[in-house]
Amino acid sequence: MVKELLTGNKATAYGAMLARAQVIPAYPITPQTTIVERIADLISEGRMEAKFVKVESEHSAMAAAVAACNTGARAFTATSSHGLALMHEVLMWAAGARTPVVVVNVNRAMGPPWSVWADHQDAMAERDTGIIQFWCENNQEILDTVIMAHKVAEDPDIMLPALINQDAFFLSHTSEPVDVPDQEMVDRFLPPFNPKEKLDVDDPKGFGSLVMPPQYMEFRAKMAKSMDMARDLIRKVDREWEELTGRSYGGMMDMYRCDDAEFILFGAGTMMSTAKDVVDDMRNEGRKVGIARLRILRPFPFEEVRYLADRVKAIGVMDRTYTFGQGGPLYNEVNAQLYNHTNPPFTKNYVIGVGGRDVIPRHIRSLFDDLEKVQENGYGEEGEIHWWGLLDGSTPKEEM
Amino acid sequence: MMAKLTIPEEELMSPGHMGCLGCGATQAMRYVLKAAGKRTILSIPACCWAVMPGVWPNTCLQVPELYTPFETTGASISGIRAALDALGQEDINVIGFAGDGGTADIGIQALSGTADREDDVLYIMYDNEAYMNTGIQRSGSTPLGTWTTTTPVGVKGDWEKSPKKNVTAIMAAHGIPYIATATTGYPEDLIRKVKKALSIKGTKFIQIFSPCPTGWKMDPALTVSITKEALSTRAFNLFEIENGVYRITMKPKKTPLKEYLMKQGRFRHMPDDLIAKVEAGLDTAYENLLHLEEFTQKKAGSSQ
Repeated sequence: MVKELLTGNKATAYGAMLARAQVIPAYPITPQTTIVERIADLISEGRMEAKFVKVESEHSAMAAAVAACNTGARAFTATSSHGLALMHEVLMWAAGARTPVVVVNVNRAMGPPWSVWADHQDAMAERDTGIIQFWCENNQEILDTVIMAHKVAEDPDIMLPALINQDAFFLSHTSEPVDVPDQEMVDRFLPPFNPKEKLDVDDPKGFGSLVMPPQYMEFRAKMAKSMDMARDLIRKVDREWEELTGRSYGGMMDMYRCDDAEFILFGAGTMMSTAKDVVDDMRNEGRKVGIARLRILRPFPFEEVRYLADRVKAIGVMDRTYTFGQGGPLYNEVNAQLYNHTNPPFTKNYVIGVGGRDVIPRHIRSLFDDLEKVQENGYGEEGEIHWWGLLDGSTPKEEM
Repeated sequence: MMAKLTIPEEELMSPGHMGCLGCGATQAMRYVLKAAGKRTILSIPACCWAVMPGVWPNTCLQVPELYTPFETTGASISGIRAALDALGQEDINVIGFAGDGGTADIGIQALSGTADREDDVLYIMYDNEAYMNTGIQRSGSTPLGTWTTTTPVGVKGDWEKSPKKNVTAIMAAHGIPYIATATTGYPEDLIRKVKKALSIKGTKFIQIFSPCPTGWKMDPALTVSITKEALSTRAFNLFEIENGVYRITMKPKKTPLKEYLMKQGRFRHMPDDLIAKVEAGLDTAYENLLHLEEFTQKKAGSSQ
């Protein structure tokens, strides 16, 4: 084991190297570029054995990755925002084709207006594609998750692609000490990719051909079943990784000081690290607060959400983007799990940090204060969705 | 005495495909597979051939086939080749088999990428001069004056207003080692070109003129003979470009374009002045081809 100072993008490249990705079709986009640059270097230095296909677009990156996977090679790629949106069609194809391509996405805002900063709309817009979604909060988690994601995605019962999310700049371009596991240990954990069905001239088969309505629905139901089965496998793989490295990310959800919490904030990405720090301070002051960090978006951690729902007074849901016309995406996801649940807790949506706005400790404290207040007194005039910190004065000035 | 077989006997396309009567694209596939043999992986985007092998779990093709989104054939065959390289499998042909819309229009970006990277694959464009699988809509490969469902004659004469896109010239601009045109009416020539392409390392491109009686509003019995008339009217030319050197592989005696056009319902509305305009354009293109042949061969000869 070696500790290295790595940016999120370098940690991503190391993850792909340790996972022994065999085919990497990729196209550069800010702020993902240093991932492909580092992979090119690792191959050029002879440290990584992989075919780097320098495609002319993200659409082709994903299409080449799917074809490589169908041929029997482990395929990896990385992108961001508009690149992920351009991949959209082929993400759906990868899921339907049951090709476990692993994609790292550096979460960046969608234009216009142009923005290269952290925002979760790119990945949230891909919720329905059939791709497993992992969300990371630090660079160690990124490296570890690339390896774990391959193991989950390539399981014969799962065979679905996986998307790993990391915040633009807060992780992609920020260096942190990262433990780089031994190749030998990773090899024991992650066996070579060996799909049961592949393009084989000695056993010719067609992949992805036309089906009639009676069959199509059966194929989709099998996908749905595999996605549901991924929950237990993600928990198991997380435990296995912990045994080998001492590091766990909570399986389906990262719960921080939630055990006796009355008020929790739920959200994704780096802002939840800040939130954990604030929770430590508030706990010292005797406040019963906790953090639930989104680790897996698809399949959604409904059991974990309901577990929390049975124990807390209120859940504040932080969304670093918005589903126009229907609240924040995570807010919708959480509420959907609570509707058919007995005695659901109070929930409120905080839209915050959109397009790379800083989320600082004072904001987190204000959210907890607000959550306690509205749980006690009701939403009031502003309703259940608050865009936190807008310049229109809707957020108290001292809390901005 | 038995005639010498010039076409491989092996059949890798079984009877029972779902193509229309007289479909040129089915002949194109049959001949390409005869040339390529069993150690071939096919990638097929959305096109007639995404449907014609048959509905799951049936297929009339006896090589592994990968179906892929419409615009991704180039990327798909690059991915297959990269994976075969990574897995150490060398003696396998990787062939993309796409229609004219999937090549000249929606797939041209991915194809350009593949050619630019010099990936070791063969890209086949079977050209029936419109989006036939979706029901005869114009593509970049539709000739000037053509009726399609999106270029109706109506009362305003909204037929196709631009000449057929010159895809081989686009591919030639990429500097790939082998480009050819072929047609289903000349299977021996087609097979020779596919075999030659597969013997060369790098990106190869073959455009196969494949009649579509359904979309051309033509008697299916003419599916072979119409290709001969396409050649003699210069509506389509047979040539190859090997390392930049052009060679016209058939130079038939010129016949009037109108005879070719009037056999097909898609052209029957064309007024004489339009026919003359189209014919002049085709003649110029053929002359240019002759000049290219002369120039590139002379240049290659003098540099030797």
